[in-house]
Parts: sequence; C-alpha cells; structure tokens
Amino acid sequence: MKILVGISKAPDTTTKISFTDNNTKFNEDKVQFIVNPYDEWYALVRGLELKEKNGGTVTTITVGGTDHDPIIRKALAIGADDAVRINTEAADGYMVARQIADYAKDNGYDLILLGKETIDYNGSMVGGMTAELLDMPYVSVASKLEIEGRTAILERDVQGGIEVVEADLPLVVSCAKGMAEQRIPNMRGIMAARTKPLNVIEPSDAKGLTRVVEYNLPVEKGEVKIVDAENMDELVSLLHNEAKVI
Amino acid sequence: MSWSAYYTTKPKLFKNLKNLKMSILVFVDARGGQIAKAGLEAIVYGKKIADKMSASVTVLTYGSVSNDTLEGLGRYGASKVLINKSITEDQDDALTSLVAEATQTENASVIIFSFDPAGKVLAPRLSARIGAGLVAGVISVPEIDGNSMTVTKNVFSGKAFAKYEISTEKKVLSLLPNSIQVNEGEGTAEVEEFSPSLPDNRIRVKELKPLGGEGIPLPEAELVVSAGRGLKGPENWGIVEELAESLGAATACSRPVSDMDWRPHHEHVGQTGIAIRPNLYIAAGISGAIQHLAGVNGSKTIVVINTDPEAPFFKAADYGVVGDAFEVLPRLKEAVEKFNAAN
Repeated sequence: MKILVGISKAPDTTTKISFTDNNTKFNEDKVQFIVNPYDEWYALVRGLELKEKNGGTVTTITVGGTDHDPIIRKALAIGADDAVRINTEAADGYMVARQIADYAKDNGYDLILLGKETIDYNGSMVGGMTAELLDMPYVSVASKLEIEGRTAILERDVQGGIEVVEADLPLVVSCAKGMAEQRIPNMRGIMAARTKPLNVIEPSDAKGLTRVVEYNLPVEKGEVKIVDAENMDELVSLLHNEAKVI
Repeated sequence: MSWSAYYTTKPKLFKNLKNLKMSILVFVDARGGQIAKAGLEAIVYGKKIADKMSASVTVLTYGSVSNDTLEGLGRYGASKVLINKSITEDQDDALTSLVAEATQTENASVIIFSFDPAGKVLAPRLSARIGAGLVAGVISVPEIDGNSMTVTKNVFSGKAFAKYEISTEKKVLSLLPNSIQVNEGEGTAEVEEFSPSLPDNRIRVKELKPLGGEGIPLPEAELVVSAGRGLKGPENWGIVEELAESLGAATACSRPVSDMDWRPHHEHVGQTGIAIRPNLYIAAGISGAIQHLAGVNGSKTIVVINTDPEAPFFKAADYGVVGDAFEVLPRLKEAVEKFNAAN
C-alpha cells in the first residue's frame, strides 16, 4: 500500500503571535516551528501503523522552501520512508491542494492522509480540495481508520455524533484526535532520517485564489472583576444585568 | 410590437433574464430533517451580503425537512428555497454536485456554508471544482468593492485575525458557528424542488453513534461550563453537569482531562481540540494555558473559577472567582436556580 502524508510547518503552540510590515506579515522572529500537530500525531503516525500492519511505504509531502527541511527530517525520524518537498512558498489552501494533487496524480497512492487542519490558518480545506482535484472520495475529521483489503473503515465527526463509514481506496482522509498516539522519534530514527531521500520537486503553475491583506490581534480584555466566592448571587446578577448573557 | 405584447409572447426569455439576477446561495445542512442554528446563521449572513450586492438569497438543502420549516426560512432572509428530497444523507459526492448545479442555475456569485462538519467537506470540494476562492471559518460580513471581496477569519487558532481578499469572480465562504446574531423577521420563502442528475456516493454509511449526553452540540452552545484538572477526577463531574443543566449550558473540558479520558474527546476545547465562541464560558479548575485560551478567547464573557489567584486564565477573564470549584460550582448552581425561579 502506498501512503502519502501531508506535512506542514506551524508555529509551536506556545508561540506569542505578532506581525510585521504594517501588519501584513507574520513575525517569524524567535518563533519555534514544529510539524503541524494534526499532521504529525494523527496522519503520519496512523500512516506508519497501517504500513507496519499491511506493508507498503509512507511518503511525506510538503509545500514550502528549504526552511521546511527541519520539520521534514523530523517526520522522517518518526518513521516515514521518504519525503517530497514542492519547492515553492505556499500561497493558500487551494494552491497547496493543487500542488499535492499535481504531484500525486501520476504516482498511484492508495491513501492520502492529512491533519484535520493546520494550527496557523485553521482552514480545514486542503484535504477536500485535494480529493476533488484527484476525483477521490474524502472523509473529513476522522478519528479512526482501518484498512481491510481495498476497503477503508472509518469513524468521522458529523453533526451531533460519530458516523462509521466505508469507502474503497484510493481515498483522502483528514485525521483528528483518537486516530493514533504521538510517537517520539528515537536516536536510531533521527540518525536514519539524515540519509533518507528528501526529493525536491519544482512546483506546477498552480496559483492561490485568496491572499491575506492584513492581520490583527484581538483587543486586550479589560481588568478582571473579582467576585467573592461566597457571593454567587452577585455573579449571577452581573451576568444578567451587566454582561447580559443569561 | 408593444413592450407588453412582447413580454407576453416571450415569457420564456424573460424568465431566463430574471434568472440572471445575481444571487447568494446558502447551503444548509438538514441532517435528520432538522435545520440547526448554524444553518440559520448562514442564511442571516447570506442576507447581509445580499443586501450589499442588491442580490437575493437562495437556500439549498436536502432530505425530509417539512414545507412549513422551509417556507419559514423567509423569516431569516431567504427569498427562495431549493430542496432535493432524493438525497437523504450528507454525502459529499451527490451534495457537491447539487451545490455546483445550483450555483449555475441560480447564477450565484457567493456560495455560503456553515463551517460545520458538512461545510468542511462541501466548501473545499466546491471551491476546487469551480475554481472559486474559499475562505473557511469567516467571522465578519465581507467588504465588497466591485468584484473584490475582503473578509475576516480567525487565524493562529484564535490568537489573531486575518483579513483575506478573494480574487476570483465567484466566492465561497464558510461561516464559523456563533459568529453572528440570528434575527428573525417577516417573510415567506418560495419553495421549489431541485432535482438535477447526481452522481452515486462513494462513501457508505454503516452506523451513526450519537454523542453521549444529549443536548446542545458544543460548537453551537451559547453557554458553556468547562472544567479542568482541578476537578481531580471524572467522578467529580456531577457538579459541572448540574451547573450546566441549571443554565441550559453545554459542558466542555481542557486537554489534559480529555487525554486522561476523564471526559470524551469531543468536549476538549483549545488549540488542538475545538474552538468555541459562546456568549458565556465558565471555566473551573483550568489554569488557562495559551493553548486552551486559543480555543475559547472568542467567547463574549469569560468567568474563571480557580483556587490560585495567580492562574493565567484570570488575565483573559471578565469575571473571576478565587475559590475552590467544589464549593463554588454548587453555590453558583443554587444562585442560578434562584435566578431562574425569579425570572
């Protein structure tokens, strides 16, 4: 089974966010970058588990410049066999999906796994767009994935519940919590990652359809109003009369 | 030939011309024959955009929604409702084609979804199919200038906002639930069946497992009571649930609590859980790590209950109670019940 896993770069979850160039650019200064948690913890690790069970290969794919190589090496250290980097700056979700689809269409993948969203742009769109461009079925926000022969059995979030679904391979899946447990790369994996193939591929001519024109930070909250722990009637009255939320 | 005579002899032509009027298409999920609050929000949002563009709102839905409910969508701003009764499940192959067909027949310039499970599948598929720019999880009414549209969404998991420009002629937006107020007005929508030919679905539904604890789905809840490690164990959640019940609120939890399986994963709010923006978020025994705040800082009012006056969460709170959750939560429940009885 050939598995392709989308790996993207994201600022560490503890990052204090700020912007430069008149609020038009994310300030990367002193920011620690990590593998997007959904891509790493769920998509990549589940891909590796399926490979260990059923045989096959796990290839990662990333759209980005050389600054992405450290997070790609991390994915290789966790256990991916090889990596592809499409050598261009990501413009938007559509452009990333086009780049992935343009690469994947001639390479016969059985399963394309992505995180349910990136923790920076939170669009949850690359999976659905990739599936559409490749004319494959798509299961979004999946928390379980098993493969039996050429059939995938999954659990996914729907309004008000969890749905158990089946689909034939090839298939695109966006992965969420529950699908796998985080794996910490060991020393052997880190050593092996140095020599695993990282293939740099020039991009197709796909362009973005949207762009960010301005960033803003939320307005700081005013001073917290402390209410005496003995006096919950006062809190209820504040919530009713002042905040007007009950 | 006089104008009126021409009109009466060529009704078909004029019908087509009428169809060329620009519209805003709003897809509304109707799982189980019900239209959720997030769907109504998307219609109200569509109406706000339509008013800016002198366009009208067409709602598209499926399944077994009653005719009264469909006509009643006029009260939220829909002029017309298209329904496909042959589709019974929210399956993306048929529904993506349904929306693409409606985009064409309704001459829709903006197509709106809710950023809910159905919208997370259909909006990207439609966007890629028709090559229309998508901004997912928008929170504001767009600014429109000619063919250019800019619209705001949360980025960095709620730590910042970004204003996006969409450069394509047709535009796709999915609206973050709880981002706009639902106002009910007057009006009746015209209901039409819409049955273009549709592809077979490639995903087979085997079973639906409803989420434990019926009631309000967390992303839609206006009031939320949440608790963290400070509650010390899953057996202590009764006081959280009782307070939630007195308020008519949903329950949520922090990441460690869901990691330790004290509470189900779907209750985990935060950067790697779900992001919510209720009117009221009450957090008990949660210190307020930056990752947790990212998931809740869109809440209108935040109440923090913690024994530690130095807990970082107090900085993000509107109201704070320094005290033990085991004493404060039952006391707050009593106060809410007293308030409920008096109001």
